[in-house]
Amino acid sequence: MVANSLAKSLKKEEAEITLVDEDGKHVYQPGFIYISFGNEKPHKIVKDERKLLRRKVNLVVDKAVKIDVDDRKVTTSKDKKLEYDYLVLATGAEIHPEDIPGCEDAYHFYDTESSVKLRKALAEFNGGRIVIGIGGIPYKCPPAPAESACLMDYYFHRRGIRDKVTIELLSPLPRIFPIEPIDPLVSEVFEMKNIKSQTFFNVESVEPEKKLVHSLEGESADYDLLILIPPHKGAKVIRATQLCDRGGWIITDRETLKVLDYDDVYAIGDATNLPVSKSGAAAHYENSVVTGSIIGDIRGTSKGEKYDGRVTCFCDAGFRRGIMLDFDYEHPPVPPPFSRMAYFKKMFFNKFYWWILPKDRLPGFVTGKLE
Amino acid sequence: MSDDVETDVLIDARGSFCPGPLMELIRAIREGEVGETIAILSNDNGSKRDIPLWVGKAGHELIGVFDKEDHDRIVVKKLK
Ligand SMILES: Cc1cc2nc3c(=O)[nH]c(=O)nc-3n(C[C@H](O)[C@H](O)[C@H](O)COP(=O)(O)OP(=O)(O)OC[C@H]3O[C@@H](n4cnc5c(N)ncnc54)[C@H](O)[C@@H]3O)c2cc1C
Repeated sequence: MVANSLAKSLKKEEAEITLVDEDGKHVYQPGFIYISFGNEKPHKIVKDERKLLRRKVNLVVDKAVKIDVDDRKVTTSKDKKLEYDYLVLATGAEIHPEDIPGCEDAYHFYDTESSVKLRKALAEFNGGRIVIGIGGIPYKCPPAPAESACLMDYYFHRRGIRDKVTIELLSPLPRIFPIEPIDPLVSEVFEMKNIKSQTFFNVESVEPEKKLVHSLEGESADYDLLILIPPHKGAKVIRATQLCDRGGWIITDRETLKVLDYDDVYAIGDATNLPVSKSGAAAHYENSVVTGSIIGDIRGTSKGEKYDGRVTCFCDAGFRRGIMLDFDYEHPPVPPPFSRMAYFKKMFFNKFYWWILPKDRLPGFVTGKLE
Repeated sequence: MSDDVETDVLIDARGSFCPGPLMELIRAIREGEVGETIAILSNDNGSKRDIPLWVGKAGHELIGVFDKEDHDRIVVKKLK
């Protein structure tokens, strides 16, 4: 996204743009959940990065193994040394299910392979207790656990066995939904759909023999099928630097998106330690700040671009209904109506994501500020 | 402890609605060492109520909730 936005605005003689990516693939992660419920195919949510990038962008398919911000150099696993004037870190989040003892008995939908496994387990499930827990904070897409509970309800309704399945969400917070003003609405939906919940349950370990999941707060819940949002960490290459906190999240200025005191290093997306949802939407809004700032710097026209904490998210509630939330540091989200429109917007986005976002083709008004 | 005493960890969660200050605190508790003190800055009213509740339930120590001009400073000690 950043590489394409820079390439769109800057002329060849103004900058050379290089993107380093480990596997040269771009994965549309919101699609994982739909793979689990059998509504999406794994090959449809991944594309070759080269095909998404503007020609002006050099793509280096290699793993970055060392970042030296004092020497302005990134070293790759093939010992390529890339020097830079500006560095944008967008290394995302790693998932570490193995950090939860007993995790081998749990499923999740945070990568393609695991989503396919969950799809199989759900297809073979004919009744009993499904428990959804959260193995660590922060995790990508905070509404995803509640969303998956609603989609589970819809899935078993469609299979005609909803009455044989108990669905329970173990929430780490004193409420079901992470965003407080929206919680009463989601609680109502849970009641309507007969989805159970326990609050203040931060998963600590699993006992597969007893089919029990235990919490940091000292409580336990039994399950027949367990879905556990895996613990997340910042990327290994980041954890090896002094640029991050203990979770490996890059210490990023909440407005300028610059890293620590470095004027030439930025971070965006899931990799940062910012107190905003780890979401593609946040990365999208951050992108315009980082690219604006770099372009302004190169051309001497800097306007002091600032990120306002904006996040927009669409949640699918099943039965072709959804909600859309839009908020920033200054404007808490307001409870939206449950609508078909929000659902269709999400579906539209799932379909047209490839054409619009990675290529930076979103119309200006969609990137504006909240009033 | 007076409200401005330095803590081992400081989290500025002002303006955080999702994931929210409590989630940021739980993350710091998970990542932290026993005995460490954590200060969290929040301008979210719900957190003033939720954080002490969670700290009590999870068996840590609430050192204090201090009113600042436009935010709260909540100080917690990790006990286990
Ligand atoms: C189930 C699920 C549902 C979601 N739903 C939504 C949603 O509805 N809306 C929304 O906005 N967001 C959603 N998200 C979150 C969204 O997918 C992420 O926030 C987004 O992908 C973050 O983008 P990123 O560029 O920061 O990280 P990523 O997309 O993870 O990209 C990081 C890249 O860095 C590369 N990398 C890492 N380390 C190295 C290295 N050492 N060398 C080279 N390359 C490296 C990786 O290969 C990867 O390509 C969802 C996520 C999940 C898992």
